[in-house]
Amino acid sequence: MKIIVAIKQVPDRDAPIRIDAAGKWIEESDLQYAMNEPDAYALEEALQLKEKHGGEVIVLSAGPESVGTTIREALAKGADRAIHIVCDDLASRDALSVARLLAEAAKQESPDLLLTGLQSEDLGLGQTGVIVAELLGLPHATLILHVEKTDTGIEVKRELEEGWFQTIQLPTPAVLTIQSGGAKLRYATLMGIKRAKMKEVKQLASADLASATAPVVVLEQLALPRKQRSTQMLAGTPKETAAALVEKLRTEAHVL
Amino acid sequence: MSGILVVQEERGFGRNRFSQEALAAGHVLAALTGLSMETAVVGDKNTPILAETSGTPAATAYAVEHPLLNTYTSDGYVLAFEQLIRKLNPAYILFPHSYQVRDFVPRLAARFDQVLIGDVAAIEAGPSFTRQLFQGKVNARYRHRGDGPCFISIQAGAFRPDPPTAGTTTIYPFVPEIASDAIRTRPSEPFRAAAQAVDLSSAQMIVSVGRGIKNQENIALVQNLAAALGAELAASRPICDNGWLPMDRQVGSSGQTIAPKLYIAAGISGAIQHVVGMKASQCIVAINKDPGAPIFEVADYGIVGDLMEVVPAITEAVKAAKQ
Repeated sequence: MKIIVAIKQVPDRDAPIRIDAAGKWIEESDLQYAMNEPDAYALEEALQLKEKHGGEVIVLSAGPESVGTTIREALAKGADRAIHIVCDDLASRDALSVARLLAEAAKQESPDLLLTGLQSEDLGLGQTGVIVAELLGLPHATLILHVEKTDTGIEVKRELEEGWFQTIQLPTPAVLTIQSGGAKLRYATLMGIKRAKMKEVKQLASADLASATAPVVVLEQLALPRKQRSTQMLAGTPKETAAALVEKLRTEAHVL
Repeated sequence: MSGILVVQEERGFGRNRFSQEALAAGHVLAALTGLSMETAVVGDKNTPILAETSGTPAATAYAVEHPLLNTYTSDGYVLAFEQLIRKLNPAYILFPHSYQVRDFVPRLAARFDQVLIGDVAAIEAGPSFTRQLFQGKVNARYRHRGDGPCFISIQAGAFRPDPPTAGTTTIYPFVPEIASDAIRTRPSEPFRAAAQAVDLSSAQMIVSVGRGIKNQENIALVQNLAAALGAELAASRPICDNGWLPMDRQVGSSGQTIAPKLYIAAGISGAIQHVVGMKASQCIVAINKDPGAPIFEVADYGIVGDLMEVVPAITEAVKAAKQ
């Protein structure tokens, strides 16, 4: 099976997010970045399919030069090669525009499967994979925990709400968005990290793939969330705050 | 371009409340724009969801009927709603932000060269649509540009269903054209994991643990606090993904929705997927090392600190108080 995994580099989840002076975007200068976690699960699923059935795993990522570190991480975990769509204006593109880039690059490879995480940890749009499927004219399934190859295509386990699941049979080629938790993530080995340096990373210029169109959805303003409850912050040593909390839960909130 | 179309969801998991909330959001948008509102649902004209009202009932409802829509597939729903939207030409189309909507609406919107503005928590003058970014740390206000239809999905719990108001609805059947070979996926009947042993919804007190616990061994610290309180132990999704606690102890949009008397969130940052499952709790205590963690927005009591130190201290204080 030839599998493309679309991955995104996102700010590390523990990174402090600060809104810039204009209130239009965040301060990016001192942020740490990491692989979007649902994409890491998509990569894991692809690597396991390759181990079972053979084939090739190609990672595909759009973003500035700095995305290279996340691409190398995926190669170190076992992906065979990579395609980097060099693109400095990712934040100002809407999901359709990003999906157009990914779809054009994927089309050149004619994969059997295209996997990606169900959503990104920064924008949380949860749409990119589904739009790529539409642009490529392929069937898709979302929130997938497990993929099995069948004689005619694939059978996938899909998560539904409230603890329910279903299986879906799809012909290939197909696009799947992967839910976290379906498999255990692997770490890159030292040998893997060494080998990754030798693997091919093909760079494509975004302008060569799809002409930029005006976004249909624009971000107008960022703001800190409004408080939904009036929170009493308790300060002091752990012992002091614990005693104060238990007292308040008994006498103020009446829940103990 | 005219009007607002609110698409209600009946199939799936009986979450009709989500559809009522989408109707309430539709009323907000109608008041802001002066546009009229219509509604649609997949099913025949006797489908009970069309009889349930939230606010002033829409004057017109469409029952989207086709044998190939009896089982949900993204291909079938995209085709059906593409035809309905081309017929009605609405300016705005609102959906509840369900798993089903996330599965087919991005594809439907792309067919109109549009992008879904998903998981919207507020609609204000403009109109502008607010959704959360960066795991709930930031709110972002979006606007739709251009002439095409604007696709919106409404966050669970963000809009309160309106009290029913008198009015009558005329229901029209809408029968889309769907060829059987246009549906490429074959879904099974939904099934439940064998052992859903824990029913968190009946617990009076819940101690819940998140990523901040760092490793599996430390879960004992939180277990001790739960034991001292006589509370159930629960977790946010990453803890269950790692296999540190079973999936049936997960609170949030992919787990259980609960509203206990007391909810203690230890090392949980408060991403929206978690918060929708617990924000109705009577009293919420949050412990987190990051003072900017969004969990503090919904907490009654907050402690900024290292949960490895704070949680054992609370356990001791609870034990002392019980003596």
